Amino acid sequence: MQNFAEELRHAMVLILSGDRDLWEIVLLSLRVSVIAVLIAALLGMPLGAALAVGRFPGRRGVIILVNALMGLPPVVVGLLVYLCLSRSGPLGVLQLLYTPSAMIIAQVVLVTPIITALTRQTVETLNAEYAEQLRSLGVSRLASVPTLLWDGRLSLLTALLAGFGRAIAEVGAVIMVGGNINHVTRVMTTTIALETSKGNLALALALGVILIALAVSMTACVSLLIQRSDVEGLHHA
Amino acid sequence: MRDFAEQLHPEIEVSGLRIERDGKRLLDIDRLVLNGPGPLMILGPNGAGKSLLLRCLHGLIQPDRGVFRQDGREMGPADRQHQAMVFQRPVLLRRSVAANLNFVLRRQGFDRHLRGPRVAELLAEGGLDGKARQPARSLSGGEAQRLAILRALATEPELLFLDEPTSALDPQATQAIEALVAAAARRGVRIIMVTHDIGQARRLGQDILLMQGGKVAEQAEATAFFTNPESQAARRFLSGGLVI
Ligand SMILES: Nc1ncnc2c1ncn2[C@@H]1O[C@H](COP(=O)(O)OP(=O)(O)OP(=O)(O)O)[C@@H](O)[C@H]1O
Ligand SMILES: [Mg+2]
Repeated sequence: MQNFAEELRHAMVLILSGDRDLWEIVLLSLRVSVIAVLIAALLGMPLGAALAVGRFPGRRGVIILVNALMGLPPVVVGLLVYLCLSRSGPLGVLQLLYTPSAMIIAQVVLVTPIITALTRQTVETLNAEYAEQLRSLGVSRLASVPTLLWDGRLSLLTALLAGFGRAIAEVGAVIMVGGNINHVTRVMTTTIALETSKGNLALALALGVILIALAVSMTACVSLLIQRSDVEGLHHA
Repeated sequence: MRDFAEQLHPEIEVSGLRIERDGKRLLDIDRLVLNGPGPLMILGPNGAGKSLLLRCLHGLIQPDRGVFRQDGREMGPADRQHQAMVFQRPVLLRRSVAANLNFVLRRQGFDRHLRGPRVAELLAEGGLDGKARQPARSLSGGEAQRLAILRALATEPELLFLDEPTSALDPQATQAIEALVAAAARRGVRIIMVTHDIGQARRLGQDILLMQGGKVAEQAEATAFFTNPESQAARRFLSGGLVI
């Protein structure tokens, strides 16, 4: 126990002294996950909206597929991305394996189904309420998508935060395609896993504290948003 | 109230209109001609098919069969562009009051700098001045319904459908809405309005359409309808209703 208290004190010193290695890892984590979520949003939001308002053959099948992909085990995603990016894989020529780009790709694969599914749900619910009114105002089904996305903005923001939460907390896929190369691909989760196994508990604990702080502030953001939307009557009729 | 601008009013003709669901005839109208210049009030008990008829006229639902003609031509999307509808439950965008109006003004092709004054004008007409920046979803029921009507009017419709806009409102809010509707009618907007309020039908209506069980029970000029109803259904409806 003595030992644990000592390690925790050490961890706080690392955080508060602005340890360069530590913050480099935190910043890379944030960079990778923010970029991954932005790309996933660019893919997932239009796709989710299309699934919500579109009427095309195979729509139901795609919805089921997206929902299934949400539960994809990260190690399987890691394996698939690894196979694509490895030297003999289809994207091997890009030489992305063990770079931050590879980690971004893995996180995009993980997060896109989440954002797609949540967007579809949000837009579909809103569309059920808006459809006749928008048709009456002369807005066609396709043209109503920007309106539906904008009016669903709070739920969509919540979806983005959920996606970010999954991305930043993920270990399995990222370590398979990014490794844990010092100053190149070390992110919070993979470093925690490896430093713990090496017995370097101070660094692992410091990163753990920061990760928890991030998670808590995310959740706080979401509930604040929902609370504010209640006040403004944005969520309810 | 009865001196409507002498304007050309499109004649609307419905023929062979049918909607069936689960073996039940929800709408069954052989022929119906709507041509008066003044407001047409549609009366009838719950489930009579009033809302369905409005939706069909406005092109929101496709009947199993039936033809809609306007001035002899089949009614199409171009005609519907000149129609607007206020729903039984107002659907307001999750935006500010002003943004709800701007949404249609932008579509109408209003220049950015002309929209502001037009929004102010509309809000003043509906007694909503000072509410421009309030989230539309936080308006009271009566205010929300007025905003829905203002937004419909902002599209400058020739024909305005209203589905029980005052059914959940207090007498004062009802009066405010009737004033809005009457003003629009005087400006030459053709009004087709569903109501359960017989007093309201008397106050606003020039013509009355009574529906029952998906069919037209009686269609008549308002004074005649109220003083000397022809059908059994109308007599029963009037004696059972609250007449103010
Ligand atoms: N999509 C549908 N499927 C099955 N039945 C329907 C459908 N839409 C409407 N109906 C039925 O059609 C009938 C007429 O409905 P409508 O909404 O037109 O009534 P209404 O005259 O407007 O009544 P209210 O005064 O209560 O608003 C009702 O019995 C309703 O349950
Ligand atoms: Mg109705």
